[in-house]
Amino acid sequence: MGLTKASTGIKASETELMIEKRSPSDRVIALAGNPNVGKSTVFNALTGMNQHTGNWPGKTVTNAQGYCRFNQNGYVLVDIPGTYSLMAHSAEEEVARDFICFGDPDAVIVVCDATCLERNLNLVLQTLEITENVVVCVNLMDEAKKKNISIDIKGLSEKLGVPVVSTIARRKKSLDKLMQAVSGLSPGKNVYRVKYPEPIEEAIETLEPEVKKACSRINTRWLCLKLLDYDEILIKALNNYLGYNILSDEAVKGKLEQAKAKLSENGITAEGLRDMIVTALVQAAEKICADTVFYDKSRYNLRDRKIDRILTSKLTGFPVMALLLLVIFWITITGANYPSQLLSDALFWVEDRLTELFRYLNAPDWLHGVLVMGAYRVVAWVVSVMLPPMAIFFPLFTLLEDLGYLPRVAFMLDKYFKKCCACGKQALTMCMGFGCNAAGVVGCRIIDSPRERLIATITNNFVPCNGRFPTLIAIITMFFVGFASGLLESALSALILTCVIILGVIMTFAVSKALSKTVLKGAPSSFTLELPPYRRPQVGRIIMRSIFDRTVFVLCRAVVAAAPAGVLIWCMANITICGTTLLAHCSGFLDPFARLFGLDGVILLAFLLGFPANEIVIPIIIMSYMATGTLEDYESLASLKELLVNNGWTWVTAVSTMLFSLFHWPCSTTLLTIKKETQRLKWTAVAFFVPTLTGFLVCFVFNFVVKLFM
Amino acid sequence: MIERTLKDLEEGQTARVKKLLSEGGIRRRLLDIGLIEGTEVECLQKSPAGDPVAYLIRGAVIALRSEDSCKVLIN
Repeated sequence: MGLTKASTGIKASETELMIEKRSPSDRVIALAGNPNVGKSTVFNALTGMNQHTGNWPGKTVTNAQGYCRFNQNGYVLVDIPGTYSLMAHSAEEEVARDFICFGDPDAVIVVCDATCLERNLNLVLQTLEITENVVVCVNLMDEAKKKNISIDIKGLSEKLGVPVVSTIARRKKSLDKLMQAVSGLSPGKNVYRVKYPEPIEEAIETLEPEVKKACSRINTRWLCLKLLDYDEILIKALNNYLGYNILSDEAVKGKLEQAKAKLSENGITAEGLRDMIVTALVQAAEKICADTVFYDKSRYNLRDRKIDRILTSKLTGFPVMALLLLVIFWITITGANYPSQLLSDALFWVEDRLTELFRYLNAPDWLHGVLVMGAYRVVAWVVSVMLPPMAIFFPLFTLLEDLGYLPRVAFMLDKYFKKCCACGKQALTMCMGFGCNAAGVVGCRIIDSPRERLIATITNNFVPCNGRFPTLIAIITMFFVGFASGLLESALSALILTCVIILGVIMTFAVSKALSKTVLKGAPSSFTLELPPYRRPQVGRIIMRSIFDRTVFVLCRAVVAAAPAGVLIWCMANITICGTTLLAHCSGFLDPFARLFGLDGVILLAFLLGFPANEIVIPIIIMSYMATGTLEDYESLASLKELLVNNGWTWVTAVSTMLFSLFHWPCSTTLLTIKKETQRLKWTAVAFFVPTLTGFLVCFVFNFVVKLFM
Repeated sequence: MIERTLKDLEEGQTARVKKLLSEGGIRRRLLDIGLIEGTEVECLQKSPAGDPVAYLIRGAVIALRSEDSCKVLIN
């Protein structure tokens, strides 16, 4: 649920990065590392920023930058996406590599996971091939200690030939050491060089002198390797950076042919060469770790295995998942009840005072109507209905995220995604969709295959976002559970809500399958998913973060949409044409069509007006009914139900509205994000029509069936 | 004799990688995470639906689909 200003809305998909130095003497530091090693935590701690963090690989999908000062020096820190290697097989790996190679950073901090140092060293060694200005940050030392892993930091530093610092990023103090190392960094001497098998070394020797002549700005040994390996995308990026085509240099070209011929004489094919390079890197990392990392192999990850046996086993995996969802919803519903009532009381008390103020000032009626009865009232509804569930749900969900549970969900559901020819990581993007569909769509970048990424993008809207599920909760409470806030009632609402979510998930599978059999044909691609170690969540920070960053942010967006919508509704309800209000004209026009699907004109109109933010749908419905009806007492959900029932709502209307809320067009922010991410109007249109048609179809069938039996 | 692959490992069993048959993107990815010849791999746990399966590879837990794990020959 990466939900910040940067992950939704306009800034979401900018890939171009402009380094913003505050003074010319500022140094640019790149923050690299494997996925999920705490890079973003280090970044946040150093810059005081709030880049989204969470325990699953792939949160950071674009470069983010921040500023930090240390000992009177300024540093621009660039948080680049997590990668296992710099050999670029996916978009974010390319972003990472290009920045390290061609972004001209003054230094690169490679953040490593102390609990899994060997694999992390692969990236360190690759980075060292490109630049000598490297500081290795061995993070998560606390986790390593818990697992009885000890690391000889000094020995590691001696072997690598660059500074190595151990940190616990959650404790800010330990990061001072890191910045100390960065500020005192001088180009490393005796930097560790991976030794490749003899034929490769010979080929490099043949090529290097000529490459040195042609290009002085980049480490030539590394460049030779890449030329031999012929990494097409990299060479294109390189030529772009140099401003000329390195292969147009006859001497380089000639030597390259010569070196390649020699390699194939030795029986080394292009594929074989790449394998040998990677193998050499892995073996080098293995050798370094053998001397510097010590652990008791038999039991160091025993705790995680025990938890996994409960959370993901055949017997208990799915029941625990459903139960967790249920408990989260139950806490949300029960917890939201009381503050919601309190808020609405307070806000409507304010409304009365505002009305008095307007009367006192002798303000014209229409002004009072537009501002108080229109704008203020809708905003008040949005705040009182939406704020409490959000403020409870966000932290709870972030807790699961921090713990490391989300990748396990992807692990358990992958088989079903595979059956739909989609990717298991889609489960992760769906989880993000719970927070905000726009964030979910951006998150789809973690899926490598473009086809599977499109499927995940188009179906993300089937997960009700935070703006929609308070709508669901309100309807469930009013029509299916009753208002007594006993244990049974709240448990029942949680159960119904869980069923609605599961329906959304089933629809996601069905539509994914339909898409991959029609417009997005293809076989499921291969997939590797890392299951990170469980980590103790930082409860205090989670609560602060989710409330102040996400809840307030989402709420502000809703309010921005709600106020003009309120004005519009009030005007429509009070401007009369031919004896009927504009509102009645519009809803009357939509009514016959809406009735086909068990809705009415007002509900459909509310969904249409709710296009900028789904949060305002229920408030608009209420406003519209109140504008046409005479009900003045709107103090509780019970009186709301009365209002709805007086306007012809039955349980069928309630179910239809819930279904339509679950399946309809994505909100404007989400659509804009989809347009940005896919770069195609076509897919944006598909993402609009697929859920919309699904919604109409589902509602139509539901009403048809109901009519058959009733 | 039929070659044994990673897919044939049962939960709790350990083996060493003999050869990687996969090609293209997944081959690179597997090499990146350190699955080279001679690497020790432990089969940790199958997912509730039986696929994918979680393996312990060089200290990290990685889930692989059966389509991919059947292309990793083991000793």
